[in-house]
Amino acid sequence: MPSSSSVRQETRVRAFLSAQAGRWFGEEARRRWADYIYMAVFVVLVLIAASASDAFFTPRNISNLFRQIVTNGLISLGMLVVILTAGIDLSVGSIVALSGILAAGLTDQIGLVPAILVGLVAGVLVGVVNGLVVARFKLAPFIVTLATMSAARGAVYVYSEIPQVPSNPAFRAALGGGFIGPVPVAAVIMVTCFPLVWLFLNRTTAGRAIVAIGGNEEAVRLAGINVGRHILLAYMICGFFSGLAGVILASRLGIAQPSVGGGYELDAIAAVVIGGGILGGGGGGAVGTFGGVLILGLIDNLLNLFAVQTYYQQILKGFIIVFSVLARRKEG
Amino acid sequence: MGNLDSLQMLGISKSYDGTQALREVDFSAAIGEVHAIVGENGAGKTTLVKILAGALERDAGKILLDGKPVDLSTPLHARRLGIRAVHQEFSLVPHLTVTENILMGQMPTARLKWWVDWPEARRRAEEILQEIGFTGINVRTPVSRLSVSHQQMVEIAKAVAERPRILILDEPSAVLSQEELKRLFALIRTLKVESTLILYISHRLDEVFEVADRITVLKDGELVGTVHSQETKQGQLIKMMVGRTLGEIYPGRHTQPGEEILSVRGLSQEGSFADVSFSLARGEILGLFGLVGSGRTQLARCIFGAEPPTSGEIHLEGKVIRSKSPRDAVKAGIALLTEDRKRDGLVISCPVRDNVILATMEQVSRWGFLDRRQQDAQVRSKVQELDIRPPQVGRLVRTLSGGNQQKVVLAKWLLSQAKVLILDEPTRGVDVATKVEIYHIIGDLADRGIGILFISSELPEILGMSDRALVMREGHLVGEFTRAEASEESLLACASGVIQ
Repeated sequence: MPSSSSVRQETRVRAFLSAQAGRWFGEEARRRWADYIYMAVFVVLVLIAASASDAFFTPRNISNLFRQIVTNGLISLGMLVVILTAGIDLSVGSIVALSGILAAGLTDQIGLVPAILVGLVAGVLVGVVNGLVVARFKLAPFIVTLATMSAARGAVYVYSEIPQVPSNPAFRAALGGGFIGPVPVAAVIMVTCFPLVWLFLNRTTAGRAIVAIGGNEEAVRLAGINVGRHILLAYMICGFFSGLAGVILASRLGIAQPSVGGGYELDAIAAVVIGGGILGGGGGGAVGTFGGVLILGLIDNLLNLFAVQTYYQQILKGFIIVFSVLARRKEG
Repeated sequence: MGNLDSLQMLGISKSYDGTQALREVDFSAAIGEVHAIVGENGAGKTTLVKILAGALERDAGKILLDGKPVDLSTPLHARRLGIRAVHQEFSLVPHLTVTENILMGQMPTARLKWWVDWPEARRRAEEILQEIGFTGINVRTPVSRLSVSHQQMVEIAKAVAERPRILILDEPSAVLSQEELKRLFALIRTLKVESTLILYISHRLDEVFEVADRITVLKDGELVGTVHSQETKQGQLIKMMVGRTLGEIYPGRHTQPGEEILSVRGLSQEGSFADVSFSLARGEILGLFGLVGSGRTQLARCIFGAEPPTSGEIHLEGKVIRSKSPRDAVKAGIALLTEDRKRDGLVISCPVRDNVILATMEQVSRWGFLDRRQQDAQVRSKVQELDIRPPQVGRLVRTLSGGNQQKVVLAKWLLSQAKVLILDEPTRGVDVATKVEIYHIIGDLADRGIGILFISSELPEILGMSDRALVMREGHLVGEFTRAEASEESLLACASGVIQ
C-alpha cells in the first residue's frame, strides 16, 4: 500500500482534531467534527481559487456575497428545522413571493413596520397550514407542501394583479439596501439568525423534541411529548424564515415580483443536505447548514466573477451535493 | 461426529474499524446435526455466521466444505453452495405479498419469459408453507400486514424453500410464540433427518438445550469450546459464556407489596382484548404471561394511553384516570417500556443524554430553555446507577449494545419517577449478564415502592420475578397464580388453553 503512511498521517490528524473538539465542545462535537472537516477543507479550497481573481477579496464583493446568500441562508434555516422532523417544505419559494409582495405593496398604505409584520405573519400562517395538515391528518409533508406551494403562488398572483409591485423607498432603505458601515443590514440579520436557531435546537426543550421526532417519532410520543404541536412549530418556523427572506428580498430588489422564489426550495434543501442534514430525519444542524449555504454562495459568486454561465453553476452544484453526502458516509 | 465434520471454518478473523470481532476461530460442524452457537452480545456469533452466509467478508482464515476450500465472498456464492441464512434483521420486502417474498428471484413464469405465472406462484408458495408446517398464512397478503412472528415464519420458509444443505438461524425465536416455536423445532428435526446442517443462534438457553446436538460457545470473538448438549448443564454453559459464575439470577424480594396503586376494571379494546380487570400494589411485581397475539401488548398500550380502549376504567391511587395520550399517562405517573426498543423506545440517532431526559425535559428547563448542567447531572446519575457502558452521555444510542440500550430506556423512566412501571419484554435481545442486571434493577425499583407490571413470554423470568402472575390468552385474563402456585407447567397450560 503506497499511500498507507499518508493515510495514517491523515487519520492521526483527524484523531487529534476530534480529540480536541471533544475536549472543547463535548462528546457530540467530537462525533460531528468529521462532518465539518471536509466542509472546512472545501471552503479553504474555494478561497484559494478565489485568490486567483483580484475581484474576489474586495470589500464590495464580499459584501455582495453575503447579500446574495441572505435569502438562501434564511430559507435554509427554516428548511433545516422542518427536515429535522423528517419533513420537507416545498412551499418556501411561494412564501418568499407572498411575503415580499405583501410587505412591499402595503408599506404605502399602512406604514413600514406593520407592512413587514404582515409579510412575516403571512409566512407563519402558511406554515401553520402546512404544520396542521401534516400533524393532524398525517399526510406526507411532500404532498401537503406541494399543495400549499401551488395555492400560495396562486394567491400571490391573485393579490398582485400586476406583474410587479415597486417598493416604497423607505421599505427599500430599511432592509435590503441598508448598511451598517460596510456591512449590509440583511446579512447581519441572517448571520444572527444562525446562532439563534442553534440555541433553539440545542438548548430548548422544543428544539430537542424536534430533533428527536425526526429520529423516532413514536418513541417521542410514548415519552409523553406532544408530537403534533412540535411539528406545527417546525413548519411555523420555516414559514417565518421564508417570510423574512421574502421581505428582505423584495426590499433589496426594489420591486416585488409574484414570480420570484421558484426553485428556492431546492437550494435550501441542498444547503441543509450539504451541511449534514438527512432527509427523513436524524441528522443536521445549524452549523453545518451555515457551511452549506456558504459553500453554495461561494460557488455562485466565484463562477460569476469568472463569468461562467449559470447553467454550469447548476451542474457543479449537483456534483457538490452528491460529493458532500458521499464524503460524510465515508467518515461514518 | 468428530472427524466427519463437513463444514470447517479455520482460523477465521474479522475486525471492524479496529475492534476485533473474531480472533482465529476454528469452528466445525457436521451435516445432519443441529449445532447451536451461544455467547453474550458482541461475542461474535452473528459475525461468524454472516461470514459463512457470504454477507460479510473475512479478514483471514479459510472455509472448507467436505474438505474443499470454498469461495464465500457474496451471498450468491453461499446460496449456490446450499447455504441459506435467516438473519436477525428481516430481509423481506414489506409491500410485496408472501408469495413474492418466498419465491424471490425464482418466480415461475408462463410461456412468455417476462410474464409471471401467478396461480403457479401462489400454489408453490402455499406448498412450501404447508410442507414445513407453517399453515394459517395467506400467501396473497402483503408481508407488512403480517404480525412479526408470521413475518419471521415467512422468512424461514424463504430460506428453507431451496432445501439448503446448511441452514443458519440467527435468533429465530425472539419473535415467535411458544406454539410457533414448537413448529419451528419440528421443522428443524425434519431437516436434520434430511441431512441438513442447522446452525442455531439463540439467547435462550433452554431452547438451545432442547434443540441442539452440540453447542459452541464464543466469548469476546474467541471460541471457548464445543460441548455435547446432553452432557452439559446450563450452569456450566453460562460459566463458559460469561467467564465467571453469575450471582443469583433473580433478585430476592425484601418487601411486602403495599396498598393498591393501579386498578384496571373491565378494560376492553375491540379486536385485541376484552373485560380485563386486575389490580397492582405498591412495590409489587405482577407478572403477565401470554403467548404472542394474546393481547398483552395492546393491554399495556391502552393502560399507557398509547391506544384508546373501547370501554373500561383505569384507577391510579384510587382516582379514575383518563389518559387519552401517553402524555397524560406520564403526567399521572405511569411509564411503559415497549417491547421493541428500536421501533418505539429510543431515538437511536440521538445521544444518550437526549434519550434519558426525553420524558422529563420540562423538569430541567426554565422558559423552555434546558438547564444543561442540571440535565447532565441527572442523566449522569442514572447512567452511573444503571452502569450504562460506556458511561458517556454524549454518545449516540445507536453505538450501544442491546443491553445498554435497554438500560437507557429504563433510565428514562427512572427519571420520570413513575409510580407504575409497565415493562413489556424488558430483556428481549439482551445478553445473559445484562439480563441479570436488569432483573436486579427491577427488584430494586419494586423495593422502592414502584408497582411493576412485568410482561414476558419467557416463563423462567415470569416465575423468577413475579410476586403474582397473570395469564392472558386470546384477549382474556384466564388465570392468576400466587408465587407458590405458579409453575412452568401450570402457566403454560393456562396460556395455551389446555384444561388442567
